[in-house]
Amino acid sequence: MNRFFDRLLGRDQRSARQAKERMKLVLIHDRTDLTPDALDRLKDDLIQVISRYIEIDPSAVGIQVAQEGREQRLIADIPLRPVGRRKIG
Amino acid sequence: MAGKVITVTSGKGGVGKTTATANLGAALAVSGERVVCVDADIGLRNLDVVLGLENRIVYDLVDVVEGRCRLRQALIRDKRLPDLYLIPAAQTRDKSAVTPSDMVRLCNELREEHDWILIDSPAGIERGFRNAVAPADTVLVVTNPEVSAVRDADRIIGLVEAEEKGPARLLINRIRPNMVRRGDMLSAEDVLELLAIELIGMVPEDENIVTSTNRGAPIVLDGKSRAGQAFRNIARRLRGEDVPFMNMEEESFFGRLTRFIRSGG
Repeated sequence: MNRFFDRLLGRDQRSARQAKERMKLVLIHDRTDLTPDALDRLKDDLIQVISRYIEIDPSAVGIQVAQEGREQRLIADIPLRPVGRRKIG
Repeated sequence: MAGKVITVTSGKGGVGKTTATANLGAALAVSGERVVCVDADIGLRNLDVVLGLENRIVYDLVDVVEGRCRLRQALIRDKRLPDLYLIPAAQTRDKSAVTPSDMVRLCNELREEHDWILIDSPAGIERGFRNAVAPADTVLVVTNPEVSAVRDADRIIGLVEAEEKGPARLLINRIRPNMVRRGDMLSAEDVLELLAIELIGMVPEDENIVTSTNRGAPIVLDGKSRAGQAFRNIARRLRGEDVPFMNMEEESFFGRLTRFIRSGG
């Protein structure tokens, strides 16, 4: 019955799924030696450096470690502000 | 032809390295291959009891390495399978008694007269692991569908690559299909996706492992056991045969029959 309510409330997170999601993150950190905190600091530094050359929206910047087989890849998504919409002056 | 060295390792202890080594060795020997199992877990010897050969030990791995006996004298012949031998670990020494180059030298000598040399690695990532992996042609990483075993397997797979012995191949042991079915155990597919290496086999949890270990008789010699079948399939894959992976869900006719009888019809 509990399970029925869980499902009704969208809480049906079976333990295997939780294990898999947790392991995905743990393995990325184990393999790269990069903590979520360090990744955040990297993101802030990156925004600062790039902003020196080109105008970007800091709140839209996304950075993540993606997995391809046993290789990790650092992916930064940095949308640029269109020139036309920049304020003049 | 020179023999092949297969090292069975895992990182985490208790996932079934020794059981896997004993059963793969026995399965290969049943099909007429000349096999030596080497227990590299110095100080925590166990492969001898799993194979039921504990009463025959005179010399061990450290005696060979330190020159107290000839290699031939330390080879214990299995009581059932004439092509299966064991070199036991020393029980009263520690891992520093053997070096990686000792293991390479020993295995090169064993390659001359045997088709397969299976090394049972100790748990952990220290000297014992490096000893076990140094002579390997192929490394099998044993894991269970469980978070700590998977995490340690990932670490070991990385270290095997660093030692230039990769890519390792994965053996997922002790799968419980009914738990996987209800979403409470990682499936073999989940584990494979996380670890991203090639699978060599999946072995279901099987109570017969306990009884066969109690008796010191490898389960591959029991024709009815599902785990035994799984290990026989892995041995055939090692020999280069293309054997389809066993369906973890499917139960043997005997399994269904005994369950039927036990439940009282």
